[in-house]
Amino acid sequence: MRTHTLIASVLLCFLAICTRPTPVSADSAGELVSGIAQKSFSKKAAAVEKLASSGNENAALILNALMQGNLYRVKTDSTRVVLVLSEEGSLKISDPVTGAEFPSLTKSDLKKIRINNKVRSAIKAGLGRLDLTHIDPDRRLSAAAAVFKSGDPTMLPVLEELLSKEQDEHVKSAFKIAVASLQLINGQDKKIRLKAVETLQDAGGQEVKGLLSKAALQLATEKSEGSAEIAKAVEKALASVDRQLATYGMVENLFQGLSLGSVLLLAAIGLAITFGVMGVINMAHGEMVMIGAYTTYVIQETCRLYMPGVLDYSLIVAIPLAFLVSGLFGILLERSVIRFLYGRPLETLLATWGISLILQQFVRTIFGPTNKEVSTPSWLSGAWEITSGLSVTYNRLAIIVFALLVLFFLMLVLKKTLFGLQMRAVTQNRMMARSMGVRSASVDALTFGLGSGVAGMAGVALSQIDNVSPNLGQAYIIDSFMVVVFGGVGNLWGTLVGAGSLGIVNKFLEPYSGAVLAKILVLVAIILFIQKRPRGLFALKGRSVEG
Amino acid sequence: MPALSNNSTEKGPFVSLLADLPGGGKAFMGILLAATLYIIIGNVWIPADSFFHVPTYMVSLLGKYVCYALLALSVDLIWGYCGILSLGHGAFFALGGYAMGMYLMRQIGDRGVYGNPDLPDFMVFLNWQELPWYWFGFDSFIFAALMVMLVPGLLAFVFGWFAFRSRVTGVYFSIITQAMTYALLLAFFRNDMGFGGNNGLTDFKDILGFDLRADGTKIGLFCGSVIALLVGYLVCVYITQSKFGRVLIAIRDAESRARFTGYRVEFYKLTVFVISAVLAGIAGAFYVPQVGIINPSEFSPANSIEIVIWVAVGGRGTLWGAVLGAVLINWGKSYFTGALPDAWLYMLGGLFVFSTLVLPKGIVGTVPLWAEKIKRRIALKSSAADTGVK
Repeated sequence: MRTHTLIASVLLCFLAICTRPTPVSADSAGELVSGIAQKSFSKKAAAVEKLASSGNENAALILNALMQGNLYRVKTDSTRVVLVLSEEGSLKISDPVTGAEFPSLTKSDLKKIRINNKVRSAIKAGLGRLDLTHIDPDRRLSAAAAVFKSGDPTMLPVLEELLSKEQDEHVKSAFKIAVASLQLINGQDKKIRLKAVETLQDAGGQEVKGLLSKAALQLATEKSEGSAEIAKAVEKALASVDRQLATYGMVENLFQGLSLGSVLLLAAIGLAITFGVMGVINMAHGEMVMIGAYTTYVIQETCRLYMPGVLDYSLIVAIPLAFLVSGLFGILLERSVIRFLYGRPLETLLATWGISLILQQFVRTIFGPTNKEVSTPSWLSGAWEITSGLSVTYNRLAIIVFALLVLFFLMLVLKKTLFGLQMRAVTQNRMMARSMGVRSASVDALTFGLGSGVAGMAGVALSQIDNVSPNLGQAYIIDSFMVVVFGGVGNLWGTLVGAGSLGIVNKFLEPYSGAVLAKILVLVAIILFIQKRPRGLFALKGRSVEG
Repeated sequence: MPALSNNSTEKGPFVSLLADLPGGGKAFMGILLAATLYIIIGNVWIPADSFFHVPTYMVSLLGKYVCYALLALSVDLIWGYCGILSLGHGAFFALGGYAMGMYLMRQIGDRGVYGNPDLPDFMVFLNWQELPWYWFGFDSFIFAALMVMLVPGLLAFVFGWFAFRSRVTGVYFSIITQAMTYALLLAFFRNDMGFGGNNGLTDFKDILGFDLRADGTKIGLFCGSVIALLVGYLVCVYITQSKFGRVLIAIRDAESRARFTGYRVEFYKLTVFVISAVLAGIAGAFYVPQVGIINPSEFSPANSIEIVIWVAVGGRGTLWGAVLGAVLINWGKSYFTGALPDAWLYMLGGLFVFSTLVLPKGIVGTVPLWAEKIKRRIALKSSAADTGVK
């Protein structure tokens, strides 16, 4: 018994710390509490109920104390209730509402407030109700979830009552599910139980599935009225929930795949342009992505230093700047190295690899080898909950949209501008384009700049989902090559289809084989695919092919 | 290159091969043999306090370079003579290394940390109950030696058969070989592959009964590597000097034309690709006992590209240039990663750019050109001076 009180007092101390007494509502709370001191048990229970629904912050503390037998009534003043805690051997007697101590009182002045089972269940219901009626809807939601999980049948009347009063749609549906779960498991009435199954089926989700399986097991041994019928309904509901979960899984995979695909698209699209137009494999492409990501980081830090107010929008500023910085690097690279290597694609590959090593080391020298953090702006954090159990994060969604925008923008440049026209001309037949007066050298430089600039923008996007480190580019370069090889060069649609399908296939394989094996399988599949279509899905036709 | 001489019928192929070694070949073989001889003498007979003494760690280091040289040779054979740029040759090297590593692993027996006579340490650690089927046979050196050549050869055959048959060429081939080695890298990182996962195979004790830590074994392995390099070199010379090699060069320079002339390009490419992969595998097999470890990082695409740069710096299509490049760059790497660790990647990167822009023919191809240019200029000047006097 002594150990029990000890534990109880420790718990209460903890509770006391958690819930600070507020003197504001002390008066009314005092009245409520004094009701507990009444002799009749049924009156006590009523007082408990009243206290629990009062919304008083100390209610939980008081109810717990009553449950543990730590509430006493002063013999001389039958309305005064005190809280008695044993602290390091000595008794601490205080007012449960205000926390004020009564040093003059001793234990002989007090009489313990007794409770019976009726009061106990009232306290339990009251404690559950406290959270369920909390002002914060999130608290109410989690309380409903707790009821759902515990399956405590005493909560059923409470919930049913609250359900009719609840205003918040989210909380209401959570209450409904919790009620249905209690009704199904503990109810007797066939109609109500069938209705509950229906409600649960509509709700769906992983937890409902667990509950339904539990109900199915219980019904198998139950011999109440219509249990067979209910069991059938449960089975049906279970199947439907399973189907729904599978669909959610599919949708989630699809989204994950699209997300990966959009990242690949961003990384590969610039590569496809440079490869398509110049037949040049730019191994330093990944480093252009990295430079874009570091540009984002630098802009974020600059904003933090000089304009903390617009820090949330530094990402938007970073997009054009990353394009410019990476694009300039690209033009510099083309003018200083690559233009001397036209017609020797294998040598270009080696030289650009060397440049990628230099750029990596350069960044490592300036920024250090550790990861830099680019924070997610507030307008991109969080997730969009489509239904319960199915949500997509905003930053992933933003990257998909961004990738499509970049693709659209590039299409526009290619199809609607003079530069795009010249670029396509050079892609299709360099010699003919030159004899028509297209300055192929400047087209090359600008194309390279464009491809690298797009890589820089990819870096802005990647900074949101990956670590910004000198190795950032290396992680994506082989995958981007695969996209280009798979999709075929010189055609942005090919890149789109290639990136999308690689991303989706990867994510759909992952649950069955694990992430690494999925990647290996995709690589092997591409290696085999190349056999069938050596020039990719959307191959260029005509003379340029043999070039 | 001198034309294929017809005295091969008189002296037998080997003698004629030695007699017909292409430019610098004889000097290369001579220097290699002399250096080897000196290293052995310098290690064994010259006392340790002498300036001319070669310490044992140096022997192992040089042995490592020799393995790299053989690897570079294998890349030069396909890139220099057939125009196939493989960015995945590290994979064949690593596979050969793994085959040898598996044999060395089995030789540990019950001397591992866990003292399990049947399973290597990492399998005990991962709670494996029995040896996977693909580990059977690696107790035998002969079998392991066979696998050293067979596994890379077979992979090259299958890969090459698919790739060449559908005429995947140029950068496309380079990219998919890179994907191949990348896929293998990911695969070997997995613990459930049964190759030691991330840590690879290590803790070797002995080879053919000789203690791997003994000086004698190290020198023996070094000599073995040198012999492998010499044999590999002669095989490459033989191939490139033969009619077969002529066709390879034709394919390198004009693949379509060679095809139209009636050669089955795929067959030539596939054959030379497989031979090259086997050579790379052998290089890996000599490499592993000398460095004492093989792990998945050998499969990393960056490693494979580095091999290509050894060849490019030394001079592609010259064979011994590849050897020179491999030794030079790896020596530089060992030196600079110790002395100036931050500068090494700049230098390596710069080397890639420099060698492709300025030295397209590598050291071996370019230095004679420059020498000739200088000679011609001097001759011009002197003749101008002569005319000036007149």
